[in-house]
Amino acid sequence: MYLTNEEKEMLNGAAGAVVQKAMKTIVSYGDIFDADRLVPITGAPHFVISVGTGVMKPYYDMLDELIDAGLTMRMPFTVDPRPVDFSNVSYNPAERVVTGLIYRHQKKYEEQLLRLGLKSLNSFSCASYQEEAGNTPRYGDMLAWSESSAVVYVNSVIGARTNRNSAGIDVLCNILGKAPNFDLLTDRGREATWRIDVRTGALPNPQLLGSAIGMKVVEHVPYITGLDAFLGTELVQPVKDYLKDMGAACASNGAVGLFHVENLTPEAGARGRSLLAEGHQTYVIDDAELERVMSSYPVMWKRPDKKPKKCFIGCPHLSLAQLRGWVEAIDGELESRRAGKVRLETVLCAPPDVIDAFHRDRECTEKQKRRGITVSGICPLMYMTDPLSAMLPIVTNSNKLRTYTTARFYPDEDILKIIRTGRLPV
Amino acid sequence: MKATFKGRVIIGGSVTGRAVVSSASFNTLATYTRSAITHSRTAVCYDKDNRDLYKKVISGKIICLPQTIGSTSGGLVIQAIAALGLAPLAFLFSEKIDSLAASGVLLADIWTGKRIVTIDRLGDEILKTVRDDDMLEISEDGTVMLM
Repeated sequence: MYLTNEEKEMLNGAAGAVVQKAMKTIVSYGDIFDADRLVPITGAPHFVISVGTGVMKPYYDMLDELIDAGLTMRMPFTVDPRPVDFSNVSYNPAERVVTGLIYRHQKKYEEQLLRLGLKSLNSFSCASYQEEAGNTPRYGDMLAWSESSAVVYVNSVIGARTNRNSAGIDVLCNILGKAPNFDLLTDRGREATWRIDVRTGALPNPQLLGSAIGMKVVEHVPYITGLDAFLGTELVQPVKDYLKDMGAACASNGAVGLFHVENLTPEAGARGRSLLAEGHQTYVIDDAELERVMSSYPVMWKRPDKKPKKCFIGCPHLSLAQLRGWVEAIDGELESRRAGKVRLETVLCAPPDVIDAFHRDRECTEKQKRRGITVSGICPLMYMTDPLSAMLPIVTNSNKLRTYTTARFYPDEDILKIIRTGRLPV
Repeated sequence: MKATFKGRVIIGGSVTGRAVVSSASFNTLATYTRSAITHSRTAVCYDKDNRDLYKKVISGKIICLPQTIGSTSGGLVIQAIAALGLAPLAFLFSEKIDSLAASGVLLADIWTGKRIVTIDRLGDEILKTVRDDDMLEISEDGTVMLM
């Protein structure tokens, strides 16, 4: 890789031993992927690690080394959601003890984050690119983000450029203000090697469509045709929300860091099918294929017929429109059967700043409280990392949560019925 | 000696050990979380979408697989399991290493002083030829011998 004289000096230790180690890591990383040079980072960082847990000690030790060397991020940053919410989400006594033990380093870690330049104590969300959360990159920004669902969103829907950086590498790139130039930072790396031809009878469930795409293309870039027939050609809020959820499923069921949707996403709008690389493969997705994907999911509950205890919606975190929409949908579902409150604990997860904005809407907040719906900034995935919580029968509409935990996936219409009845669909 | 494979050295070293083989990539976070959180003495794969490795012991083994997938915490998970003594003896990737696995083995090496021998671009044939519990010998130059 080409390095400037200043970068060579950093690599040789002229800026201190810690910067030298950071530079060695980033240059070695870039060399593995044939990066030609380091490029300056132009936007604020977002990091995937938001949890203070003992098993991540090597990471906290690395942060201490950076802090002790007087290093900070060049711009205020955001991180993924907090793993615990004792104020809003229910925990049984044993769960409370175990969760407290697992995340016993949370306070110390948040102090480290503040010293490194965390934007604010509200800056905990996997969807911090939402307007209310205040870390929205610009088209063409060069970034070094982690959090797979955020990476795929800002690359695809906003047109910023970031690789799918691992935790650790993300911090080191942003400390240095430089990222190795390869893959999704380059024009060539953003070309699609798969065409996804959507031929369903109606708009497919985004979580299922994303899952099918992720499982098929794994880490490659897909160019999706046929979806604009359902979504239109404008990136309005419901379309952005659809692409957020589809992207998260692509990224977790595979390793997709960027997708293009014909006539819709910025680069597909500008370049069209010239984004399809020569020799690309094609995957046709129809209703039967989505049925096949849905039926392939293993049920991880010990007793598959058990009554569900909890429902998590919002992995990745909901937008303000989605949060309002779910409260309205649950209210409508319960009202249609003259039911009162939800029949199982229903947790809607959203960024803290989105929750603040939601609570400024008194009518919607009143409905949420009257129906017994929980709103939280928690990370449901981290909640289910507790082995006791993982044993609970939990349902979700998130394919990402299904992938990483024992939660059982249902489409939105089934989720509404489960919330109303407290029972699984027959 | 039954077969030899040659790949690119990511983290070099000479090791000999038993193989576990997956024809599909594994999700690093899903694979290791339970073993790490429960302070297990051995790492068991809990990626339920990986039918080849699910519930198999993978620590101290030579893991042969195409790539890793999933959460971008993956690299840190590899660094953490290396520090906990739950790492594999080696990663042998049939394809080009993915960015998460590459990050993990570099972080473990440079920041934690734990080397996990890692070779990539070994080709699909290694996944078709090597079976679970086969003995493999890895050399510094990225040569893998099936014993």
